[in-house]
Amino acid sequence: MKPPKFSYLRPNNLREALDMLAEYGEDAKIMSGGQSLIPLLNMRLSTPGYIIDIGRVAELKGIREEEDALVIGGMTRHVDVEKSALVQEKCPLLTEGIRWVGHNQIRSRGTIGGSIAHADPSAELPCMLTALRGEIVVVSSEEEMTLSPEEFFLSYLLTTLEPNQLIKEIRFPKIKQGSGFAFEEVARRHGDFALVEVASVIELNHNGTIVDAKIALGGANSVPFIPEATEEFLIGKKPNDSILKEAAVLQLDELDPEGDIHGSKEYRRYLTGVLLERALNKAIERAWGGVIV
Amino acid sequence: MSYSNVKIKVNGKVIEKEIESRWLLSDFLRDKLGLTGTHVGCEHGVCGACTVLLNGEPVRSCLMLAVQADGLEVETVESLAEEDGTFHPIQQAFANNHALQCGFCTPGFLMSVKNFMETHPDLPTDDEIREAISGNLCRCTGYSNIIKAVKEAYVLKC
Repeated sequence: MKPPKFSYLRPNNLREALDMLAEYGEDAKIMSGGQSLIPLLNMRLSTPGYIIDIGRVAELKGIREEEDALVIGGMTRHVDVEKSALVQEKCPLLTEGIRWVGHNQIRSRGTIGGSIAHADPSAELPCMLTALRGEIVVVSSEEEMTLSPEEFFLSYLLTTLEPNQLIKEIRFPKIKQGSGFAFEEVARRHGDFALVEVASVIELNHNGTIVDAKIALGGANSVPFIPEATEEFLIGKKPNDSILKEAAVLQLDELDPEGDIHGSKEYRRYLTGVLLERALNKAIERAWGGVIV
Repeated sequence: MSYSNVKIKVNGKVIEKEIESRWLLSDFLRDKLGLTGTHVGCEHGVCGACTVLLNGEPVRSCLMLAVQADGLEVETVESLAEEDGTFHPIQQAFANNHALQCGFCTPGFLMSVKNFMETHPDLPTDDEIREAISGNLCRCTGYSNIIKAVKEAYVLKC
């Protein structure tokens, strides 16, 4: 038996969960899918007094469409997002990227709220959420608030979540007509954390001019990075090979990836440029096709 | 409450026990139920040796608490062979193709492949098989024979 001793709490609904958090939050950890938390417990890097298992809180599960967003409950599992026809239709970037999240054995337990709350800078969901300019709905027993990824992610594994708060749902903008998307990643083996990754959404007008560009780079900094100058550079241009090549390297010197045995800092920086160029090409091709693949 | 009552259906048999809440499912299966076919390797979700099916879906039993399986159904590698010892087609295909050497990772592979075959009824490509088994590490065979075995399992199953 690896995990340290803790008291196990299993709320049946959101109200119970929030009451437990209000009472024990300082000494408690929320467990949704457990795919990040249990390794931390097994290695005894985390020793909470209480585990609040929200696995049975039905209000936190499910995928629904609202007027301006696709809304996914925090306890929704990766596999349910991966297989959702609604996600494929309204936010296909997610369908493409989520297949890179862990292995299918992980995706069958892990949840999107858990991945966002864990805030690993190499994880796919924070990167996609940042590229899409989605929103995180955070709730406590007292209030509910909606945060942008830039407000939410602070640093490696660190977010603004207070001890009495949990992630209720995530709001993803729906794909617009004339837009294309792409998610690109290199990992040591399929399912491992990314060396680096890129998510992008490009919108073209009927002339083929870029009218909107949204990009996020993951694994390259302590939080998903939005290359704003690159986005601005692209807007108003008719894309061609040389413009995309130029865009792909424009902000590479602002990246500060951590080097390790699997790839040096310089390699990861270079690789980000390669993946960005690939992602831009693919997103533009899809936008041209007007076909959401 | 650091103890919990659990009722878990394991390989078709309902087990009711009071256990410490911090028991991992992998340790519960091995140490409390004696089902030592489920192997424990890295214990942090990388190697896949502990893969079992939970309500038919593959999960890492080292990455969940036994109490989380309360009310659910678990299948371990022990569920595959017939009572008289006749191999399941996947086991037979692994044996026929020398798809294991030391065998430590094999239970995890078998359970991952069982779910893959159930969710992909048509004969898959090599790439699809590679992705399906990407969550299981084998330090002996180099995977080629495992891929052959998965293909043969599709033939044996018919």
